Amino acid sequence: MSSQIPPEFTVEIDYDKCRRCRRCVMNCSFGCMQFKDKVVPDHKKCVACHRCVTFCPEGVITIKKNELAYKESANWTPEMRQNILKQAETGGILLSGMGNPRPQQILWDHMLIDACQVTNPSIDPLREPMELRTYLGRKPNHLEFTRGDNGDIKLETTLQPQVKLDIPIVFAAMSYGALSLNAHKALAMAAKKSGTLMNTGEGGLHTDLYPYASNITVQVASGRFGVHSEYLNTSATVEIKIGQGAKPGIGGHLPGEKVGDEISKTRMIPAGTDALSPAPHHDIYSIEDLSQLIYAIKEATDYTKPVGVKISAVHNVAAIASGIVRAGADIVTIDGFRGGTGAAPMVIRDNVGIPIELALAAVDQRLRDEGIRNNASILCAGSIRNSGDVAKAIALGADAVVIGTGALIALGCRVCQKCYTGNCAWGIATQKPELVRRLDPQLGAERLSNLLTGWGYELQEILGSLGVNSIESLRGSRERLRGIDLDEQTLDLLGIKPAGIGQ
Amino acid sequence: MAMTIDCKGMYYRKLNKMIRNAVEEGETEFVLDNINGQRYIGNGINEKVKITINGVPGNDLAMFMNGPTLIVNANAQDTIANTMNAGEIIVHGSAGDVLGYGMRGGKLYIKGNVGYRTGIHMKEYKKQIPAIIAGGVAGDFCGEYMAGGILILLGLNKDDDTPIAGDYFGTGMHGGVIYVRGDVDESTLGKEVSVLELDKKDDKTLKKHLTEYCEHFGLNYDDVMRKPFVKLLPVSTRPYGNMYAY
Repeated sequence: MSSQIPPEFTVEIDYDKCRRCRRCVMNCSFGCMQFKDKVVPDHKKCVACHRCVTFCPEGVITIKKNELAYKESANWTPEMRQNILKQAETGGILLSGMGNPRPQQILWDHMLIDACQVTNPSIDPLREPMELRTYLGRKPNHLEFTRGDNGDIKLETTLQPQVKLDIPIVFAAMSYGALSLNAHKALAMAAKKSGTLMNTGEGGLHTDLYPYASNITVQVASGRFGVHSEYLNTSATVEIKIGQGAKPGIGGHLPGEKVGDEISKTRMIPAGTDALSPAPHHDIYSIEDLSQLIYAIKEATDYTKPVGVKISAVHNVAAIASGIVRAGADIVTIDGFRGGTGAAPMVIRDNVGIPIELALAAVDQRLRDEGIRNNASILCAGSIRNSGDVAKAIALGADAVVIGTGALIALGCRVCQKCYTGNCAWGIATQKPELVRRLDPQLGAERLSNLLTGWGYELQEILGSLGVNSIESLRGSRERLRGIDLDEQTLDLLGIKPAGIGQ
Repeated sequence: MAMTIDCKGMYYRKLNKMIRNAVEEGETEFVLDNINGQRYIGNGINEKVKITINGVPGNDLAMFMNGPTLIVNANAQDTIANTMNAGEIIVHGSAGDVLGYGMRGGKLYIKGNVGYRTGIHMKEYKKQIPAIIAGGVAGDFCGEYMAGGILILLGLNKDDDTPIAGDYFGTGMHGGVIYVRGDVDESTLGKEVSVLELDKKDDKTLKKHLTEYCEHFGLNYDDVMRKPFVKLLPVSTRPYGNMYAY
């Protein structure tokens, strides 16, 4: 059956100016560009990854949305019709990559940050110290000190393991398998350079990344790929992955085509077999079982590292997070419904879960109400797009935020959402050697670090305008946020006042 | 001379710390007396030490274990050999649920029966092939999601009416092999596996593992081999490859 699906995009080439250098043909990894005495695009194969556009020396390629592909309907959008046609042709589950692209309300954009005027002075971060340092891990209920004979003060309380971040932004869990080794290397190098963490995701840790151990969170997911005692100990923190914002409650599936020799070695499965992660961890059917795994990891790492648990933001997230903290987790990561993925069924990605803003507010409030907020750090994930989102998340109660898609965009990703095909033209979400080498880890790390440096400066500006000199002073300070265009119940859930109301 | 520890009433954290510290100082043999449910014994130990456990150890026995030999002179509980990498566990009794979850290497010998989801998501890589051998019968979802490894069910001393394993036997299996002594009721199988006759290579594998098994439990190898075996293999290494629309 030949496909009847109209092309999503059209590729226009200005043949008058085209030098026929074929660079576009060499760069296109989706087989769209062919050369038959001139460059001939197969529109149906274009995914708008913009690789050809970026590398055309003459700038003569234009990718356009195929506007006339479908007769207009506000109800039956082109996307809906395309999906039905695809399923009519294949009988399969629709796969998609990256986060939910639908235009649901983004609550970050309905929150505004306070600033100082006259009555309390703002601070100039260019000339005054401004602290972004953040420690992840369990904090004690109180501190005890003694004073020695010589007057020195000594801390008597034994502190639980902490991980120091120079900036309250860590990289998201993205596996080696979903991502290329060069992408993983770039993330690890950038994490080291910027004093933060990268996260292995569930595909194990390639030995090339072992030197970056002190900037790595290693993940333990239901498939237990590449998990062994050396892996657990080659890390700053260990994370148990229960859920992911893009696909709450379902497992993962790395197709056999992506399982080459190196992936096979790192995941310890034969090359070419599907790497299937079951939906649940089969040793966790309760909070008590989760506790058992948390302490199994603590035993294996001799209680030297914080152990975190990552869940997706679902309806009952606050109660679940409370259970997780009581089970012994030192860090709780909450991933909202706009969070990204290498591959997820579209219906799950676009319809399951709740927004991170509401989940974060609910979890922080619940842990405070129960007097256990200090027992764990909260990481907030699920589409943090800029430093404004970071500041708002921290004011809502997060200790730090997690960036995945944002980091990949810094590496060159154009959000074409075809990660699951393994054809990533930018060398990020692919295992094909000829594509992987397009991403220079060193250069990638520099771009990632630049992004963090830029956001760091911006955060300092925000703190300065708020008249505080450390990120700690903004943490959980919802009084510094106001809502616009939000109903009363949403404001209430977020724990913020509407704009226009003073103290 | 083995280091003997009286574990009566001892919290697991103290016990495991004692063992880890002693291993670090070069101790190679342990006898743990009066064990009663202490968790995580053998967890994350990377040396080839020998630990004899007198009493019923708690959950996650040998989790992330990487080398030791554990001998359990009693029954054992749930999630033994969870994500284990190397070593040997010999249980002179029956064991609970979810044995060998994500097991990557090493051997688990159980004299008696095993619970639900035995060998779930076991893996293998080249020559590193984990093995679980149970002398009795298994519960539901045996070999679920198996991605590699060897699982052997013997059903010794079971009567003819007792099935060798519960329902959904081998469901989701996409690697590895399950050997069964006697017959398999095909109505209990998951849709991803099929029953096959043994070939010469299988005979060799079985002989190697069962000789060791019989030695551990004082059984007669010829008696065990008197009944024929069949094997369960996955029909595909990519059972869900065609479920998606790209």
